[in-house]
Amino acid sequence: MLEIKNLQVSVEGKKILKGIDLKVNAGEVHAIMGPNGSGKSTLAQVLAGNEAFEVTEGEVWFEGKNLLEMEPDVRACEGLFMAFQYPVEIPGVTNTYFLKAALNSKRKYHGLPELDAIDFLDIVREKVKLVELDDSLLKRSVNEGFSGGEKKRNEIFQMAVLDPKLAILDETDSGLDVDALRIVAGGVNQLRNPNRAIVVITHYQRILNYLEPDFVHILAQGKIVKSGGSDLAHEVEAKGYDWLKDVIPAEETVEV
Amino acid sequence: MTIALHIKDHYRSAFAELETTVAGQEPAWLHEIRKEALARFEALGFPSHREEAWRFTNTAPLREKTFHLAEADGRDTLGPAVRPPVTGLDAYQIVFVNGHFTPELSILNGLPQGARVESIAAVLRSDPGSLEPYLARQGSYEDFVFAALNTAFMRDGAFVRIPAGAVLEKPIHLLYYSTRLETPVVSHPRNVIVAGSGSRAVILESYAGPDNAVYFTNGVTEVSAGEESDIAHCKLQREGHEAFHVSFSRLDLSRSSRYAHHSITLGGGLVRNELNALMNGEGIHCTLNGLYLVDGKRHVDNHTLMVHAKPHCESHEVYKGILDEQGRAVFRGRILVAKDAQKTDSKQTNQALLLSGEAEITAMPQLEIYADDVKCTHGATTGKLDDEALFYLRARGINLEDARELLTYAFASGIVEQIPVEAVRAELDHVLHKRLSFSHSNEVSV
Repeated sequence: MLEIKNLQVSVEGKKILKGIDLKVNAGEVHAIMGPNGSGKSTLAQVLAGNEAFEVTEGEVWFEGKNLLEMEPDVRACEGLFMAFQYPVEIPGVTNTYFLKAALNSKRKYHGLPELDAIDFLDIVREKVKLVELDDSLLKRSVNEGFSGGEKKRNEIFQMAVLDPKLAILDETDSGLDVDALRIVAGGVNQLRNPNRAIVVITHYQRILNYLEPDFVHILAQGKIVKSGGSDLAHEVEAKGYDWLKDVIPAEETVEV
Repeated sequence: MTIALHIKDHYRSAFAELETTVAGQEPAWLHEIRKEALARFEALGFPSHREEAWRFTNTAPLREKTFHLAEADGRDTLGPAVRPPVTGLDAYQIVFVNGHFTPELSILNGLPQGARVESIAAVLRSDPGSLEPYLARQGSYEDFVFAALNTAFMRDGAFVRIPAGAVLEKPIHLLYYSTRLETPVVSHPRNVIVAGSGSRAVILESYAGPDNAVYFTNGVTEVSAGEESDIAHCKLQREGHEAFHVSFSRLDLSRSSRYAHHSITLGGGLVRNELNALMNGEGIHCTLNGLYLVDGKRHVDNHTLMVHAKPHCESHEVYKGILDEQGRAVFRGRILVAKDAQKTDSKQTNQALLLSGEAEITAMPQLEIYADDVKCTHGATTGKLDDEALFYLRARGINLEDARELLTYAFASGIVEQIPVEAVRAELDHVLHKRLSFSHSNEVSV
């Protein structure tokens, strides 16, 4: 489904990703773990199409198509979804209006008729249960005044409605208390299916207790330094990232 | 003195002509007011950019053109180029074309007992005494030169009387059309609105004209809101792209009244709106909202003055501008809190959204506070569409154009939502959702 080859990315002239290779198949859950500043979120942003990041080398193939040539909205319509680490507040646009516009954009892209308000509400009613999101939040402006947990649940709710082929969850666990984490992870688990791939980006192992990834990759200084099964996550949890010192390259000096 | 001699001659001869036309039809007191106003106009002169209040708005294009008063209502000149400023509206409606009352287009039956919506010209013929206490009695032509010009030359407009305690179920719509005539036409609409104590009403004042004509609308609206009245007043300006639109609105508010003014500017090539609200009693709530959309090379200038004359009044002012292409806007919002006006609570916000790198706004919030126990705040922000929000919308599948439109709409929505006339909200939704055609072009005929 997703194939990343030698992906190198810079932001404001600074190299962040230094050659990522990753293959994700339908039905799989991959976890990408790594210390702060390792490039985890950059990877998520680049895959979603954030133009603030410059791809200097490499390729990304999504369902056999060149992902890097697509506009961010086309990527979403093709079935890619990124849950934002910091969901953006949009005053003046209600959550429902926003989501209906998004879903109908996607349907239009695939040549399907747009949903009317009633059909849309049916979908919303069904999906909103998944993450126990309060109905009142649907009528409010997108993420405006939402608590941290509500914002993250709103992301997973959007994922449920938009029904992506590939979901990238960028630190969806950060800032959540245990109960919120359980709800969010529960929602993600229900969205797991043989046709969908999920990439979970996280600093901590704790969300992986709920999600049980098929593969775990350690990202450090812009490279995947180790890959393995879910055991790898437990090792990181037990020993910290320092344990990987011998496989992590020393910090390169920046040339002036 | 900035009126060139030939221009002065033009206005003097136009005035002499007007005197002949209205001779014997108007009361002496009005003739005196007209003469005073003309003298005031000559003394003040056309504004120059050296005057503080006109530093950022150049009136030269207006000064350099000669406009003529239309002699008849000219409703036969209303064509498909002039579409109604709002459709689907259920309202009492008084219509003026090129400044003259047009009964054929007006719908005035069914007004509640005692409520009257009439042509000022007609009232001046039939019952001038009823206008005398209100017409030009608020000192409106002393300082604002265009109000003086209006007062000297006004011919017609709406005289709205809402009796004490009356509750109007439908809005009152004062509708001004301008048309394309052989020579550029000027009209000086004059509205007098008197709301009795405890009355409740919604007033819609709207302006429309063709895009392909140069004309000048110079309006004055005087409002007296009685004690405990509750009035919403929406001014919807959809003049043609080449039109000059100058307006002076003066609100005189009494104790415990609630007044909300919504100034919506969609059209006009050169626009200056002057709005003065005088809170002349205790316990008044006054809202001044504004929304202006400026594209092309258009220029929109809003000057507001909120005068807190008495204690315990609350005022809220939010003006929002959306500027595109080489649009220019000016906002000056003055809040004046008199010495006696203790416990004033006043909040002013001015926000501009710049959709192009060439658009410009000049914002000047001003607080003048002479009382010592007050709460006054003001804030001004100018910015472009938020890149993060754009990316967020796009990451959910919404294309760039739609995302920009959605965010632009969201910016304006807070103002639109507060307008208490559904048809106006629907019209604005429509306009905002096709941002690139702010002021309408040739569509429906009336």
